[in-house]
Amino acid sequence: MKDRGTKLGQRPVGKFGRFGGRYVPETLMEPLGQLEAAYHHYSHNLGFRKELRDLLAYYAGRPTPLYFASNLTRRLGGAKIYLKREDLLHGGAHKINNTLGQALLAKKMGKTRVIAETGAGQHGVATAMACAVLGLKAEVYMGSEDMERQRLNVYRMRMLGAKVHKVESGSKTLKDSINEALRDWVSNIDDTYYLIGSVVGPHPYPTMVRDFQCVIGREARRQVLTVEGRLPSAIVACVGGGSNAIGIFHPFLHDMEVELYGVEAAGKGIATGQHAASLVAGREGVLHGMYTYVLQDQNGQIETTDSISAGLDYSAVGPEHSHLMMTGRTKYAAVTDAEALDGFKLLSESEGIIPALEPSHAISYASKLVKRYGSKDSVIINLSGRGDKDVETVAKALDY
Amino acid sequence: MPKHSTTSIASKFQNLKSHDQGALVAYLTGGDPKPKIFLNNVVALAEGGADIIEIGIPFSDPIADGPVIQSSSQRSLAHGTTPRIVLEECREISGIYPEIPLVILTYYNPVLAIGLDHFMRKARDSGVSGVVVPDLPVEESGDYRAAAFKNGVDTIFLTAPNTSETRLVKIIRNSTGFLYLVSLFGVTGPRDSLSELAVSSVKHVKNLSGRLPIAAGFGISRPEHVSALMKSGADGAIVGSALVRLVNENLGDPEETVEALKRKTMDLKAATRRNS
Repeated sequence: MKDRGTKLGQRPVGKFGRFGGRYVPETLMEPLGQLEAAYHHYSHNLGFRKELRDLLAYYAGRPTPLYFASNLTRRLGGAKIYLKREDLLHGGAHKINNTLGQALLAKKMGKTRVIAETGAGQHGVATAMACAVLGLKAEVYMGSEDMERQRLNVYRMRMLGAKVHKVESGSKTLKDSINEALRDWVSNIDDTYYLIGSVVGPHPYPTMVRDFQCVIGREARRQVLTVEGRLPSAIVACVGGGSNAIGIFHPFLHDMEVELYGVEAAGKGIATGQHAASLVAGREGVLHGMYTYVLQDQNGQIETTDSISAGLDYSAVGPEHSHLMMTGRTKYAAVTDAEALDGFKLLSESEGIIPALEPSHAISYASKLVKRYGSKDSVIINLSGRGDKDVETVAKALDY
Repeated sequence: MPKHSTTSIASKFQNLKSHDQGALVAYLTGGDPKPKIFLNNVVALAEGGADIIEIGIPFSDPIADGPVIQSSSQRSLAHGTTPRIVLEECREISGIYPEIPLVILTYYNPVLAIGLDHFMRKARDSGVSGVVVPDLPVEESGDYRAAAFKNGVDTIFLTAPNTSETRLVKIIRNSTGFLYLVSLFGVTGPRDSLSELAVSSVKHVKNLSGRLPIAAGFGISRPEHVSALMKSGADGAIVGSALVRLVNENLGDPEETVEALKRKTMDLKAATRRNS
């Protein structure tokens, strides 16, 4: 069957329906235009594509397996469960797909300094790795609260040669790290490349990051057709900014028989107001350069978020997800901290795979979803990262 | 093509020009540090000679602002300041000083949350002459401009040192009141010296801006910066962080804040007089 997913470098458009766009200070308009042009050029360049393909294969470890989780399938009953093993990538998460692509682009553009934001630290680590291997200087903005919560990733970034800037402004978490990175970029546009870690921000980032992450879905589609001879009934992925989800969804968008489920963080429960479910509980607005669903109060002030998983702890979401929700192509739900911990335990104990807390949300949701299907159907869960970074948090929460 | 009508902002610039002066645009964050004190601080700006007063509706995530204005925004929000409260303050100020045009500076999300038309109508009814939204580039501003035009509010767009000529023409064509020239690469905040970029940018923009006045901002903190801008051909200077810093530094002493603001404004204003 022909792969109908988005090809790397398909002509980018700045809007997804009414979502997306470019809402930034004037100083960034020119650099974003240059970035768009450079991306358009290099994504069609065979040399660039080969270089990236080689890095993904020999450095990052692609393709990742599509693993049939037979124990989990038996235990839950219903559809066959497949895991797309992004947790096996170098660095332990899907983030490296994007950082290698963008760091290579930065190098081609002649930039010498790369800045990035990070919440849980996974994107910061993936940026530090990509910059080390490509000979670029990396500086990562991280909220002081997140630095405390994810100390190990701070050490990893430093060991990889990156400089970590502690962010003390605002709520001292991911959204404030993005603010600081944007402020840095405005001040240093000549030599600096801003490497955004998810399908968020002003155009062209949501399109470009999606294209770099679509390798997940292209592989998964090929793999599932090989082993099952048919498409899956559903795909489930967690959504913070939404890069792993869009990466696996996108090549299946035109396969209307495949249901797509994005799972957000309901934190302590949607009703408590302490959550990070922008699509499920937010309103349309503008944050970080994009028009999208945003968690905000009635006066348009951005609300702080709450999730056991630092990687989902974000007040907005990629604009393409907002569009996919509006068109009805993708369904979005939210899962609480407690349910995510159940998912974490379930996969660890039944398959011997410790997932990150982010995809634990997807596992939890999928564990109920699979029961709606028959044993001939299959469901793919995007296992976007491994759980090493979360063992302390989980040990505390579950009293190990 | 919207014509540069003679709004209160435009006629203020014209009037100053005929007296051989540039405009001093003075900024404070609305509701900061507390509503009552804020009004006294604005009175200090007015008494010190500010020609146009720019008032910020604080936003939780001000990406164009440096630490000084960030902290005032946070402080103001922590005291419960809302857009409604700031507009109410504008109404009071415009009642006391009808001859001083008021400009609102805020980010796009609070404006969207209120609703474009509703926001512009409320602004006009509160005596506000123009609006600046630093994260709204002209390309995304169709509905915003329509709402502003309908309600007779000036749309003050920003231009940066790296804005291309094609875009600059578009920005000028869609600006009313004045053009806000960002004088450096960076966020708001006081700098010790005026960037060379500021002077060259003013000269460059001046060639294309026709009758639209140009006011330069970001990093302008001292009288000598202001006079250098005036020499380079700017029609106005925008000072924000250097004033907000005086509020930040005198939180325990509101009377000292008022004195300091008034002195600073007088010094800055003196530098806008070309023959002084």
